[in-house]
Amino acid sequence: MARMRVRLTFPPERIQEPIIYHLVKDFDIVTNIRRADVKADHGWVALEMEGDEASLERGIAWLKGKGVTVDPIEHDVIIP
Amino acid sequence: MEKLKGLKCRECGRAYRAAPVHVCEFCFGPLEVDYHYDAIRQVVTRDTIAAGPTSMWRYRDLLPVEGDIAVGHHVGFTPLVRAWNLAQELGLREVWVKNDSVCHPTWSFKDRVVAVALTKAKEFGFDTVACASTGNLANSVAAHAAEASLKSYIFIPADLEQGKVLATLVYNPTLVKVEGTYDEVNRLCSEIADKYHWAFVNVNFRPYYSEGSKSYGYEIVEQLGWRTPDHVVVPCAGGSLITKIWKAMKEFKTLGLIDRVTSKVHAAQALGCGPIVTMIKNDTDVLVPVRPDTIAKSLAIGNPADGYYAYKTAKESGGSGEHATDAEIVEGMLLLARTEGIFTETAGGVTVAATRKLIERGVIGKNDSVVICITGNGLKTPDPLYERLESHVQIRPLLSAFDRALADLKSQSVREG
Ligand SMILES: Cc1ncc(COP(=O)(O)O)c(C=O)c1O
Ligand SMILES: [Zn+2]
Repeated sequence: MARMRVRLTFPPERIQEPIIYHLVKDFDIVTNIRRADVKADHGWVALEMEGDEASLERGIAWLKGKGVTVDPIEHDVIIP
Repeated sequence: MEKLKGLKCRECGRAYRAAPVHVCEFCFGPLEVDYHYDAIRQVVTRDTIAAGPTSMWRYRDLLPVEGDIAVGHHVGFTPLVRAWNLAQELGLREVWVKNDSVCHPTWSFKDRVVAVALTKAKEFGFDTVACASTGNLANSVAAHAAEASLKSYIFIPADLEQGKVLATLVYNPTLVKVEGTYDEVNRLCSEIADKYHWAFVNVNFRPYYSEGSKSYGYEIVEQLGWRTPDHVVVPCAGGSLITKIWKAMKEFKTLGLIDRVTSKVHAAQALGCGPIVTMIKNDTDVLVPVRPDTIAKSLAIGNPADGYYAYKTAKESGGSGEHATDAEIVEGMLLLARTEGIFTETAGGVTVAATRKLIERGVIGKNDSVVICITGNGLKTPDPLYERLESHVQIRPLLSAFDRALADLKSQSVREG
């Protein structure tokens, strides 16, 4: 199992679609929304995703294909 | 004195200890440095500040460094210039230029943020620093890493100006040109930061790094004689500087160093990359990312990390914002040079042009006091000026040749009236 945290930004034409539902159902990814702001014409969601590496990769490729911007939220550095 | 409380989430308020962390584990919001203001108030007065060094470190009690200052001992305390000629040209009574085009050592306000970030990186025991940059940050990280004997990795968009590239390479960092926009460079750096354990000054060190910009705001207030101006016009890229100038003013009030904060803080961006100003003009807190297309490359961030907070700053202070076209940017650079003898880079041209438009719109009134934030040096971005400027006269080394040329010039200026 791998974990990722990302910020998804939705273009206006995707706001009405159940994107995250499909992410969970079609790609077998567990999602956990941490923060979000979705308005009539624009929206973003800060999300933690858990799944096997291949599923995460396919899910992200699918999101990008839908015109969703996927920005990684960086982890903190470990003190050397 | 225990001055540092730690870090605090800007969204949910959750507290963290002062470690190299930057994202809230709970809500993924950005973290910010939090201070024990009551303790600081006991020791910091106008007099103690005035007795400090003539650098940004006169405000060290308000910056997040705990040990010795590792690098950048001479950064900051740049001139605040009363711009009489520019004021006349703009039809205003009181104009000031806060001139970080002469900030030591790399001629931009970025030296302020880097001095804090690299001091902090040393404190935490890192041996390698890195950054994603639109140019000025690259110069400054490379220079200060050299001073601190740290390894540095600098990531820039491949199409950056020659001057900025050279002024990075000279310090011998590992410079990586990335074929893409700054936003793509930044996204790549997010992934690199996850994999390599480096102090990325504007990624995982952002809470500390960004605090350095407060010194620019402190200096404006102190140099104006412990008062805030009616207006401050600030160039925005990632949107950090504008929020920190505002934070600086509010902190001075919290500490009782000034009675009130009277400034309206305005954002200046290029028309070809102005997502923050667009938010302000449309009065929406939703940032719509853009693909940059402007000669003001140092400000070319299409998806600014602090865009939302920059918008909030303008809003909360009663400020506004303006876009400048490429032609207006060049005119702005030339105007500042011609009136005040200050050669700023394209970002400064944006700020001067935006100020002019805010005056035309009546947002800035004739009798108001204005501080124009000049944050970078013109010698780094001469490119857009070459076609605008040419040397007036070229002659053979003979007095007669000069006499003739002078007569020609005079008749020419008579003809042009
Ligand atoms: C000369 C100059 N001015 C202003 C800025 C804007 O700073 P910020 O990213 O904090 O908005 C930059 C950023 O690169 C810059 O290089
Ligand atoms: Zn939080």
